[in-house]
Amino acid sequence: MAGKSIQVFFKLIQREILLAIRHGSDSCMIVLFFVIVVVLFPLSVGPEPGILTRISAGIIWVSALLSVMLSMDRLFQSDYEDGNLDLLILASEPLELIVLAKTVAHWLTTGFPLIIISPVLALFLNMDTSGYSTLLIALTLGTPTLSLVGAIGAALILGARRSGVLLSLLVLPLFIPILIFGVSAVDASLTNLSSKPQLLILGGLFLAGLVLCPWASAAALRQAAE
Amino acid sequence: MTSFSGKKLTCIRGERVVFNDLDFSINEGEVLYLKGPNGSGKSTLLRLMAGLLRPVNGTLTWNNKNIYQDEGLFRSLTHYVGHQDAVKTALTVEENLRFWAEMNSDIKEKSTVQKALQEFSLDSFSTLPARFLSAGQRKRLNLARLCTTWAPLWLLDEPSNSLDSDSVNVLTAAISTHQKKGGIVAIATHENLDVHSNSLDISMFTNFKIKSRDYDGW
Repeated sequence: MAGKSIQVFFKLIQREILLAIRHGSDSCMIVLFFVIVVVLFPLSVGPEPGILTRISAGIIWVSALLSVMLSMDRLFQSDYEDGNLDLLILASEPLELIVLAKTVAHWLTTGFPLIIISPVLALFLNMDTSGYSTLLIALTLGTPTLSLVGAIGAALILGARRSGVLLSLLVLPLFIPILIFGVSAVDASLTNLSSKPQLLILGGLFLAGLVLCPWASAAALRQAAE
Repeated sequence: MTSFSGKKLTCIRGERVVFNDLDFSINEGEVLYLKGPNGSGKSTLLRLMAGLLRPVNGTLTWNNKNIYQDEGLFRSLTHYVGHQDAVKTALTVEENLRFWAEMNSDIKEKSTVQKALQEFSLDSFSTLPARFLSAGQRKRLNLARLCTTWAPLWLLDEPSNSLDSDSVNVLTAAISTHQKKGGIVAIATHENLDVHSNSLDISMFTNFKIKSRDYDGW
């Protein structure tokens, strides 16, 4: 039975990634949105390297947050509209596992590309090279948590009107802890302090999210299917 | 002897009683037709039977065991075909069907999926992305799921909608075969399928009275 569950888990991830590849423009748009938001900052606060260096970590994190949030609403929406959600709920595997598989696939198709592109943007914002590795580690620990928490919001908004705005109101406040520790981890290593405590907290948030979020999302999905 | 039954089922959707004290019982090899006008709660009852909705009152039993005791097991015994076709338009016809076949069992054999596609005459466009299918073809793709893996209980909500007469015959044949294998079918439809069956008129359970005091002060 456990073998079957694992098989279903990977089967679902495989299908979600295949769907993301077939709808390739969706993931590309999220990455482009990320790039454009970052580009807006030098244009608005001025190109002075000192200021950009100071705020580079914050800009990248806020932009990553917005990009993940923007991609969130398609996580369950299409399944809800075409009837796949009913069948996923009725699958013999626990819905929590199915939600987790979908969240993993979501991270692989949105969070992961953001991490890949972020060093280029850090360079663009004149971030000191000592912050790069911490930025990458912090994003690697933080973006999966964003996907996990966002999945709860994505499940709650099913069937609601103006769902995009509602989603941001629900989810952005919950992203704040990740933002705080993500930015302060990079700031710590830029000032030659240890970024370990912040990274450990990010790791802890990720583990807590991994355990708790799929349950909350699954409950919200069952509610939506009623 | 396999049996599926519900006792004293009451369902409330947003403050409205959809049906009250509804009893049904289906045994091995039987087909239950759900009859009733639009909005009488046929779909609701099917969703309730599938476990997507919870009754406010009453019990659903499979072989005299409450279905909520082991929901995973009950779900593995059920095929539900709803209003929506559950077709991913970006995947090909075969990928769509194969995914659900593999979700529902360990089968890896190509033949089962191919056979189901053939049965519903979808094999000639198995590599076509599903977005090119017509409404009837999508419905057939959704119904082909029934034939890929064995599940004793079929819950079909308007399965003959947008099907042409040939496809309705295929569906009827599939239901008869399922019946002969000892399966159980609950079906909501307005079409008269040529299947030996019992019927249940839901509208009998929906003639509820709104208490006049609810509207006092209006």
